[in-house]
Amino acid sequence: MNKSKIKFMRKFSLLAVVLLATAVTYAGGYRVSLQGQRSLAMGHTGVAVVNNAEIAFFNPAGIVYLENKLNAAVGVSGVFSDVAWQNEEFGQYAQTESPMGTPFYAYVTYSVTDWMSVGLAAYTPYGSAVEWPTDWAGSHLVNNIDLQAIYIQPLVSFKISEYFSIGGGPIYVTGAVNFNRNLNRTLADAEGNRSNVTIEANGVSEWGWSAGFMFNPTEELRVGFHYRSEIILNAEGGEANFENVPDSPLTNFPDTTFDAALPMPAELAVGVSYEFGDKWLVAVDLNRTFWSVYNSLDIDFADDAIPDSKNVRNYANSNTYRFGVQYKALQNLTLRAGYYLDKSPVKKGYFAPETPRNDAQGFTGGLSYDISSKFAVDLSFLYMKFDEIDASYDYYAENGQEVPFGGTYKSTAFVPGIGITYKL
Amino acid sequence: MKKHLIYLAILSIGFVSCEPEFENPVDEDGFYSSGEANFSHFVAIGNSTSAGYADNALYISGQQNSFPNILAQQFSLLGGGEFTQPLMADNTGGLLLNGTQIAAPRMVLAVGANGNPGPAIMAGTPTTEVTNTLAGPFNNMGVPGAKVYHLGVEGYGNVSGVANGTANPYFARFASSSNASILGDALVQNPTFFTLWIGNNDVLGFATSGGTGTDQTGNFDAGTYGSNDITDPNVFAQAYSQIVDALVANETEGVLLNIPDVTTLPYFTTVPYAPLSPANPDFGPQIPTLNGLYAQLNQAFAFLGVPERSIQFSTTSASAVVVKDESLADISTALTQVLMAGGLDAATATLFGMQFGQARQATANDLLPLTSSSAIGEVNQDRLEELMAMGLPAAMAGQFAVNGVSYPMEDQWVLTPSEQQMIETARTAYNSTIQNLAITHGLAFVDASGLLEDLYNHGVAFDAGSINADFVTGGAFSLDGVHLTPRGNAVIANEIIKEINRTYGASVPKVNPGNYNTITLSNNIN
Repeated sequence: MNKSKIKFMRKFSLLAVVLLATAVTYAGGYRVSLQGQRSLAMGHTGVAVVNNAEIAFFNPAGIVYLENKLNAAVGVSGVFSDVAWQNEEFGQYAQTESPMGTPFYAYVTYSVTDWMSVGLAAYTPYGSAVEWPTDWAGSHLVNNIDLQAIYIQPLVSFKISEYFSIGGGPIYVTGAVNFNRNLNRTLADAEGNRSNVTIEANGVSEWGWSAGFMFNPTEELRVGFHYRSEIILNAEGGEANFENVPDSPLTNFPDTTFDAALPMPAELAVGVSYEFGDKWLVAVDLNRTFWSVYNSLDIDFADDAIPDSKNVRNYANSNTYRFGVQYKALQNLTLRAGYYLDKSPVKKGYFAPETPRNDAQGFTGGLSYDISSKFAVDLSFLYMKFDEIDASYDYYAENGQEVPFGGTYKSTAFVPGIGITYKL
Repeated sequence: MKKHLIYLAILSIGFVSCEPEFENPVDEDGFYSSGEANFSHFVAIGNSTSAGYADNALYISGQQNSFPNILAQQFSLLGGGEFTQPLMADNTGGLLLNGTQIAAPRMVLAVGANGNPGPAIMAGTPTTEVTNTLAGPFNNMGVPGAKVYHLGVEGYGNVSGVANGTANPYFARFASSSNASILGDALVQNPTFFTLWIGNNDVLGFATSGGTGTDQTGNFDAGTYGSNDITDPNVFAQAYSQIVDALVANETEGVLLNIPDVTTLPYFTTVPYAPLSPANPDFGPQIPTLNGLYAQLNQAFAFLGVPERSIQFSTTSASAVVVKDESLADISTALTQVLMAGGLDAATATLFGMQFGQARQATANDLLPLTSSSAIGEVNQDRLEELMAMGLPAAMAGQFAVNGVSYPMEDQWVLTPSEQQMIETARTAYNSTIQNLAITHGLAFVDASGLLEDLYNHGVAFDAGSINADFVTGGAFSLDGVHLTPRGNAVIANEIIKEINRTYGASVPKVNPGNYNTITLSNNIN
C-alpha cells in the first residue's frame, strides 16, 4: 500500500466513525432502500449493474468485475418524511414531526487477484423514526419509535469465468430500538398526565449472511441474483420505564426489563442490465422482501405483574419493481433516472401507525460528476408518492374488546442524497 | 448561476410537497358544515355541569373535559374560535377564601387497607384563591352551585359576599366586576352560539340533602329560598325565559338542555335500601335482641292501626334500614301511652315513642343518598349525647343510637317517595318550560333527562363496550355520584351535537367517548 492509499484509508475510517455515530432513521416503514446514490438515482436498481463500489451491497458477486484495484463509495441521504392522519367521523387529525433520517453507506473493495476481490460494506437497510404528537389519538399504539440497524459485512467474490461470478459474506448487525406509547387510550395520573411506557434496547447484535451470483452472457447484458438472509434482532434485558402511572395498587407498573424480537426480513433481488452503445444503460430489478416473518411484535416484560404486550402484524411478503436508466452525457458527467413501485407488506386491518406504510411509487434522479480521474461526486434524489389510504389497525383490545384505530393516512418522502466514489 | 437557481427552485418544490396533505383535510373550512349555526363565538352558560365539575370539586383536568370544552374542540373545525375557561390553579380542587379552605379537594378512587377500592378525598391543599380574580371574559360561564334565578343576579360574583353566602365563590373568581351577573358577563361577549344547561340545582340541592329543604312551590320570592329548597316552577319559568330571551335577542342560535331525573343518578341508586346483612358480625348476633325489642313496638303499631310500620330484621337475608318518614303522621304520644299500657316503664316508653313516632322500615321506593353509606350502622353521636343527657347509661344510649338499626335514619339520609314526588312535580314543570322555549325560539333541544335514563336503564354503547350509570364501574359518573366523568361529558356532548346537526342542518362530527377517561385512581389520600 502506498502512502496516499494509507492516507485515504485513514480518512475513510474517520468518516465511517462519524457516520456510524449518526442516527439511522427513516419514516414510513422500516426497510430503507437508500444503499447507493448511483443505484438510487436509477430507481435503486443494481443487482446486475457494475458501476462503482455500491455493487458491494447490491450483489457482492459483482465486485470482482470492478475495473480498478481499489474502489470505494460513501454516501449519506437526508430523509424528509412525514405522515398525516385524519379521522372524518370524529374530526381528528395529526401529523408526524419526524426528525430527518440520515441513512448512510460505506463500501470498499479491493482486487486481490484477477479472479478474486474482497470488500467491506457498512449500510443501514432497516430503520424507522416516526414521531407523532405526544398523546395524539393513536398514542395507545405509538407516540414515537426510533429503530436503528447497522449492517457490517466483509465480502469475497470469485470470478469463475468471464461470464460468471459468485460472491458473498457474513453480516454483523448491531441495532437499537426506542419505543414509546401510552398504556391505553385514557389512563392518566391525578394531574391528568397520560400513563405511558418507553422500551429501550441498545447494542443488540446478531449475525446473518448474503450471497449472489452474476452472469454476463454478452458484453452488454448482465444478469444478477442476490439473497440476503433474515436476521432477527433479539433485544434481551432492555429497559422498560413506566411514566405517569396512577399512584394506586390497581395500576402496578414498576419499571422492569423486557425481551422482544424484531425481524429484519430476508430479501431476494434479481435483475438485468443492458448497455446500449457507449452512453446508455438500462436496469430492471425485482426485490422480494420476506416480511411474512413479522407475525407479531411481542414485548415480554420481566415483571410478571405486567401483562405482556402482543401486537399482531401478520405482514405479507412483498415485491418492489425497479427500473432505471443511465446516460453518459459528457466525459465527466453521467445522468440517471428511475422509477419503482414498492408494494406494502401490510395487510388490510393491520395498518399500525408506528409503520404506516402503504404502496409507494418512487421517482428518482441524479448525476455523477467526475472531479478527477479518481474522485466523483454522486448526487441523487428520491420522491416517494403515496396515495391517500383509508386504513385501520383492528387488533388493539380494551377490556377484551377489539377497538380498531383507523382513518385516512397520507405519507410523503423526499430524500436528497450525496456520495463520493473513489477508484484507484 | 441561473442554473443553480433553477435547481434550488426544484429542490424547494420538493421540500414543500414533503408536507403530507390530504385532498380534503378535516381541519379545513368547508369539510364539515355549520348549517344555519355560527360557531365563531360559542358561550356556555350553566352550573357545575357546564363548568366541568367532577369528583365533588372543580379542577383543571375536569374543566378541560367539560362538555362545552369538548364541543368547542369540534366547533374549531367549523370556524369556532378560541374557547376560554376560568381554569382552577390545580388538579387538586377545592377553594381558599383569604387563605382559609372553604371547599375540599376532589375525590379519587383509593384502595383501602382492606383491599377494597372506594372514593376518598385526595391529599393536598387547595391553591385556588377565590379573591384572586381572573381576567375574562370566559367562554365557559358555567358556575357550580348556580340556580336558574342566580344567573341574572348582579353581585352574584362579589367576593365580599362569599363569606356570608350572598355570592358564589366560583363566580367570584372570574366575575368582571363586583356587581356583574353571570348572564351579563355572557351577553357582553356577543355570543354567536350558546348552550344553556341550568335548573339542575333547583331540585338537586333538595334531593342531595335528603329532602331537608323546603318545597317553595307557591312562594314567588326567590330571595327567601335556601340552597336546599325546590324552586317554584313559576319562578323557574320566568327566570329561564328571561335568560333565553336575552340570549336570542341578536338571532343567536343555541341549545337548551333539560333537567335529568335525580333518581337516575348513582348518588341515589347506589346505597341499597336493605343493606343490613345478618352475616355482618356487628349486626347479625344482635338480631334476636333487636327483634325482641321491636316485637313490643310492633304490637303497639298494630294496636294503633299502623301495622305497616312494623319493624323486623331477617336472620337469613339482608334487611331494610329503619327510617324516619316525615310524611307519616307523628304518633309519638299515642305510641308512648300504648307502650306504657303494655307494661313498659315511663322513661323507656317515652324514649321509644319519641324515637319511632314517624319510623318505618325502608322500602325499594326509598332512596338512600350516597353519603348515607358511611352513616348506616354507625352510632349517631348527636343522638348518643341526647340520650345520655336524658339519663341513659352510655352503653344503653349507644344501643339506641345506631343509625338505621335502632335509631331511624334521619331526614337527610333518605329521600322518601313523597320527597321524590315534590322533586318530580317541579322537574316536570321545569322541563316543559325548557322544551316549550326551545320550540318557540327554534333552538336545539337536548333531552338530557332521557339520555341519563338510558345510562341508568341499559347504558350507551361506545367502541369498547357500554357506558352506564353504575357507581365507580359504569364510567359515566364521577366519584361524587352526581357529576359526569370526562367520558360522560363526551356522551352528553355527542347528544348535543346530534341535536345541533338536526336543528341547524349542520354536520358537526361527534367525539369518540372511548378516548375520554373515567374516574381517577390514586392512593394519594390523607
